Amino acid sequence: MKLLEFLKRERKKSASVAKERLQIIVAHQRSQRDQPDYMPMLEKELLEVIRRYVNVGQEAINISLDREDDCSVLELNVTLPR
Amino acid sequence: MAKIIVVTSGKGGVGKTTSAAAIATGLALRGNKTVVIDFDVGLRNLDLIMGCERRVVYDLINVIQGEAGLNQAMIRDKRVDNLHILPASQTRDKDALSAEGVEKVLDALSKDFDYVICDSPAGIERGAQLAMYHADEAVVVTNPEVSSVRDSDRILGLLSSKSRRAEQNLDPVKEHLLITRYDPERVSDGDMLNLEDIQEILAINLIGLIPESEAVLRASNQGVPVTHDMKSDAGQAYTDTVSRLLGEDVPLRFHEYQKKGLLSRMFGGGRR
Repeated sequence: MKLLEFLKRERKKSASVAKERLQIIVAHQRSQRDQPDYMPMLEKELLEVIRRYVNVGQEAINISLDREDDCSVLELNVTLPR
Repeated sequence: MAKIIVVTSGKGGVGKTTSAAAIATGLALRGNKTVVIDFDVGLRNLDLIMGCERRVVYDLINVIQGEAGLNQAMIRDKRVDNLHILPASQTRDKDALSAEGVEKVLDALSKDFDYVICDSPAGIERGAQLAMYHADEAVVVTNPEVSSVRDSDRILGLLSSKSRRAEQNLDPVKEHLLITRYDPERVSDGDMLNLEDIQEILAINLIGLIPESEAVLRASNQGVPVTHDMKSDAGQAYTDTVSRLLGEDVPLRFHEYQKKGLLSRMFGGGRR
C-alpha cells in the first residue's frame, strides 16, 4: 500500500518550485529598489541597539520605508519575546 | 537622431552578444543604418560573433582617448551594407571607459545612424552601467533559469534608477524581455520555467523568444550572425524580434512543444 502511494505521489515539478522562489526573491529585491543607500546600514545599527536590551533575532525585526506625497515614513516593528 | 538600444542581462553567458549581433544584423537587413558597439572592455567578443576579428585596428577606447577617429575605428560589415561594428579594446583596462567619452561617441553616432546597439558586459558594475546609461530602449536577455531571471530584475532596477532617462526625469527607458535558450520540451515536462511565468515575474513586455538551437553555436563558429541563417528556428525568431522592435505585430513562434512523430523519431527528424 505504502509503495503504491509512493508511486502515485506527484512530484512537484521543478519549474513551479523555481517560480515560487523567484516570486519571493524578486518581491524582496523590488522592495529594496527605491530605498536610500543608507537603509541596510541603518537597519543593521538599529538591530544592534535593540539587541543591547532584548535578545531578538534578525527575523523579529521588520523595517520598511513607505513613501507618501511629501514625506517618507520609516516603520520599525519588533516582535519581543515574552 | 538614432535610437539607442542596450542589450543587457546582468548574468553572463545568457546570449547578450549573440543577441546584439543578431538584432543589429536584422535591423540593418531591414534597411536601417545600424552600428553595434562592444562595451565589454578587456573581454571583447562581438568582433568574433560578427566575424570581423581580423579587421580590428582601432577600438572604442582609442576613439574615446582621441587616438583614432570614429570612422577609422568602425568596421564595415562584409555582408550587410548598412551595418557597422565598433569593437571594444582587448588590452586596456575597463577604467579607460569614461562617462564623458561614451557620451561623445554616442552623440556623434546618433547623428549618422538610425540605430545604435550597445552590447553590455555582464554584471552590474561601471561597464554595464555605462552601456545602459544613454539607452532609449533596453533588451533584457533572460534564460529560463532562476539566476538569470533574478539578475534581469536587478538590471531592470538599475534601468529605472541609474539611466540618463531616469536621472533627467524623462520618459523611462522602454524595457523589452528577450527570452533565449528556451526549450519547449523541458517546459512541457515541467522542468523549465515557461514564458508566461518569466513574464509574470519580471512584468515587462516580451519582445521575442529564441529557442535553444543548434544554429546559434553554428553561427558563432562561423562568425556569421544567426539572423543570416533564415532556415533555422533561431534565425527566424531573431527576425521576428527585430520586426517587433520596429513596431510590427508578429505572432510568437517556437514556444510550443511538438511531440515527435514515430517517423521523425526513427529517422532523427530534420536538423534545425
